[in-house]
Amino acid sequence: MNPFPASDYIVAAFFLFCIATTVGGAFVAILTARVIRSVCGLMICCVGLAGLYFFLNSPFLALMEILIYIGAVCVTIVFAVMLAEPDEPPSGQNHGPGVLWGVVALVVSAAICWGLSQLSLRGPWVAPAARVNDGSIKAIGVSLLTTYSMAFELISLVLLVAIVGALVIARTGRTKP
Amino acid sequence: MSLPEPFRLLSFLVGVMAFVGFNAAYLVWVERKSAARFQRRPGPTEVGYAGLLQPIADGIKLLSKQLIVPPGADRILFMVAPLMVMIPAMISLVVLPFGGSLMARDINVGLLMMFAFGSINVMSIMLSGWSSRNKYAIISAARIVSQDVAYEIPMLLVVITLLMITGTMNLNEIVQQQEGWFWHWNLFRLNVNPLMPLTFLIFFTCMLAEINRAPFDMAEAESELVAGAFTEYAGMGFGVFFVAEYANIVVGCSFATVLFLGGWQSPFGLWSGVWWFLLKMYALVFTVIWVRWTFPRTQFYNLLNLSWQLLIPASLFTLILVAAMMKFL
Repeated sequence: MNPFPASDYIVAAFFLFCIATTVGGAFVAILTARVIRSVCGLMICCVGLAGLYFFLNSPFLALMEILIYIGAVCVTIVFAVMLAEPDEPPSGQNHGPGVLWGVVALVVSAAICWGLSQLSLRGPWVAPAARVNDGSIKAIGVSLLTTYSMAFELISLVLLVAIVGALVIARTGRTKP
Repeated sequence: MSLPEPFRLLSFLVGVMAFVGFNAAYLVWVERKSAARFQRRPGPTEVGYAGLLQPIADGIKLLSKQLIVPPGADRILFMVAPLMVMIPAMISLVVLPFGGSLMARDINVGLLMMFAFGSINVMSIMLSGWSSRNKYAIISAARIVSQDVAYEIPMLLVVITLLMITGTMNLNEIVQQQEGWFWHWNLFRLNVNPLMPLTFLIFFTCMLAEINRAPFDMAEAESELVAGAFTEYAGMGFGVFFVAEYANIVVGCSFATVLFLGGWQSPFGLWSGVWWFLLKMYALVFTVIWVRWTFPRTQFYNLLNLSWQLLIPASLFTLILVAAMMKFL
């Protein structure tokens, strides 16, 4: 396959687009007052994140990001939003404790941001491998059940707790008269 | 002849869009004609021979209408929702193997890609319903979410069953495994899964529910919800949803063809090619239309009960059965 002129620039532009989508989606998610638009921002953010995963040579993870975070998580959030009140126009300015909590949140997030940037700038990172294994289902399955079995089991435990919790909450209102 | 990669992709993109547009226009004609035949009436006859130009006339009519955004609606989401319905269907077609070498992108996780982008569809129809601020649209949006969440589970379980048999998510390889006579198709691979036809039936049912087609078109139940999530859309806004519905039918049927019916493989091992793919796909598309005009719409609770009480246990059973058979045989 002959290289296409300016293909590097196209790739770079796409990479920047992914970053812009991730950051822009995150901003939409936090800056809007309507819950449904926040979910949309989260969705845009996930699409951008999937693009970044793709640039890290892991298309499987990128597609899983879309399938799980948009197809499942966002849909579930929206379902919960629908059961709640319809979104109302944002209420007036709230002062007092709101501002205090805002400052606390700002400090905490600035600290997290500083820590993460220190980690990402100083950390002994290796360049993303072009291909760790053949990326097939078999390879993913084997690594999930051998190398990462601990994380895998922990995640399934979390999900089990969530299911049991949902059952407990849903069952309490259903006592028979 | 080898075009540079971007040009090849671009030409495929144009081709896929033309394919989707053509299909949407003429499947509407097929639908109207066959519905008319099922109901013993002639259907469209006026525009062109046997009404063949009717879709074009309808398209021009829809394009020339004013786009109205209702005053209470969430303007941005209302305008974005039709686009979001259309794009995932197009992206899914990128990885679809139409023929042996006729596919835009041969990626390793093609099957997953179709599912990932298919799952966006729910979100976009839901957004269209929610942003309209119309009570029918909101009821329809709530129905769509619960319906698609319910049917996504058996569909994924069925596909996992199939994945265990094929061992690959590359759609082209899945087709190539089904080479030869028609009993090599995944539909008839009874030696690994004696319930394979049932699996296909579950898949087809879930596909009907996922693309919101009758008898599962609770989202667009025109006798109770006007037009469901699309009530407030005028002109081409509605037209895009209509096109997207047919695009999703084409994508779903192509997917069923590739996974179960051997894709572009010929049923007797000769003259394989894209025509076999199209033949099988359109047979399935016709079945979808046929089902719509044969069965009445289900009730919403029956719909959910069918999924949670019948399809999910059945698909779990086939999953365990296939796992056991692959382990011990």
